[in-house]
Amino acid sequence: MTVLAHSGAAAGPDPLPLAAVAVLAVAYLAAVSSDRRGWPRRRTLAWLTGCAVLAVALGPLAAGPGDPRVHMAQHLLLGMFAPLALALGAPVTLLLRVVPPPSARRVSRFLRARPVHLLAHPVTAALLTTGGLALVLLTPLYAAAERNPVLHHALHVHYVAAGYLLAWSVAGPDPAPRRPRPAVRVGALLAAGAGHAVLAKFLYAHATTLPPGLPERDVEALRAAARLMYYGGDVAELLLATALFAAWYRRRRPRRSAPATERGTDRRRGGPPTRRPRREADRVGPVSRCTGCRPSSAG
Amino acid sequence: MRGGEMARSRFPGSDAPDLRRSVLAAAVIGVAVMAAVDEIVFHQILGWHHFYDRSTPSVGLLSDGLLHSAELLALVGGFFWYADLRRRGALVPRAAWGGFLLGAGAFQLFDGIVDHKVLRLHQIRYGVHLLPYDVVWNVAAVALLLLGAWVIWRVRSRQGRDAP
Repeated sequence: MTVLAHSGAAAGPDPLPLAAVAVLAVAYLAAVSSDRRGWPRRRTLAWLTGCAVLAVALGPLAAGPGDPRVHMAQHLLLGMFAPLALALGAPVTLLLRVVPPPSARRVSRFLRARPVHLLAHPVTAALLTTGGLALVLLTPLYAAAERNPVLHHALHVHYVAAGYLLAWSVAGPDPAPRRPRPAVRVGALLAAGAGHAVLAKFLYAHATTLPPGLPERDVEALRAAARLMYYGGDVAELLLATALFAAWYRRRRPRRSAPATERGTDRRRGGPPTRRPRREADRVGPVSRCTGCRPSSAG
Repeated sequence: MRGGEMARSRFPGSDAPDLRRSVLAAAVIGVAVMAAVDEIVFHQILGWHHFYDRSTPSVGLLSDGLLHSAELLALVGGFFWYADLRRRGALVPRAAWGGFLLGAGAFQLFDGIVDHKVLRLHQIRYGVHLLPYDVVWNVAAVALLLLGAWVIWRVRSRQGRDAP
């Protein structure tokens, strides 16, 4: 495994994925600078953190030898930690704010399309992340990706995309078409987390045979990778749950009728007051409304 | 109920003290905190519990995964729920303590009976005579449950007396 894996990458990190990350960061910053209303700084910070995590996973970690523990760390960063930070950057809201109204309307129409609605459902996202991971680790796909660089990159893109989908559909501040109520989102997160934990322990228990098709196998390293997957998944679930419940907490904030002192504390905790109801950000409305809305305040 | 809760509830926009929700929110936290203590103290620090026990059946693995995921969500969700009650002046702190003890005891008992004995996920400790460990574990659980129930019962009876 060590010899075959990343045979090309052993000389150094592949520049192509790193270039893609740089494009993501620069495009976001360009959009922020063209937004005249002032984009919240914590959103920019979240997005850049996500890009930095991606860069670590695709740069230094990809350059090392094909150790399963390093591989697992890479997968955790790509599939869980980077996507959450990126989703908290609210890129779609930013896009809607900076593009001219006709394009914004097109984006908004696209987001309301039925296939997007299906794809953006938390249950779909949970299936794609945990199910995708199971498909890779329990079948010869893992061994095949070790040999084939195109498949390898494709899997990385899948990890990031599926992780982003889960973070956005469960907790993301970006608008989502008919986002299900919190109970459904918590349920999807519960299922994704459970699937991840079961998969990790299953891999630990069957480290002598799974993932199948490896040319050589260091059982202890594979067990350590499974343990890293289990606890790394815990941290990711905690972060995602925090983003989800924090958004719920902010939306439930008592309004108007609260006494002056209470309102003062609310303002201090929840950032600047918005002119519209928070729920606005949960829907994708016509652009005339959406361009005015801020991202709902998760994170 | 002579404390600040009643006074606060008279402010417009805040809710009346909610005993039931106070107990429930804190019980959710209690379950999750006990699960975290189990994970941190017995798995990580003492190393008594094993990450995986060769005799674990796959249904045990599945239930362990679900429970583990639920504990993490309970920890975060419970704290935000608690914070929301507090912010709205609906929290009854004493009842919440009772709920916390109740939740912690319930988890401990579930872990001791279902996880260790029925599903046989892992044992409390390996290479020792298990019976005293199991007895101490489950008796401690029942003690926590009883203490929690007693605290809630006291709050309830006092609340009944204070009501007009």
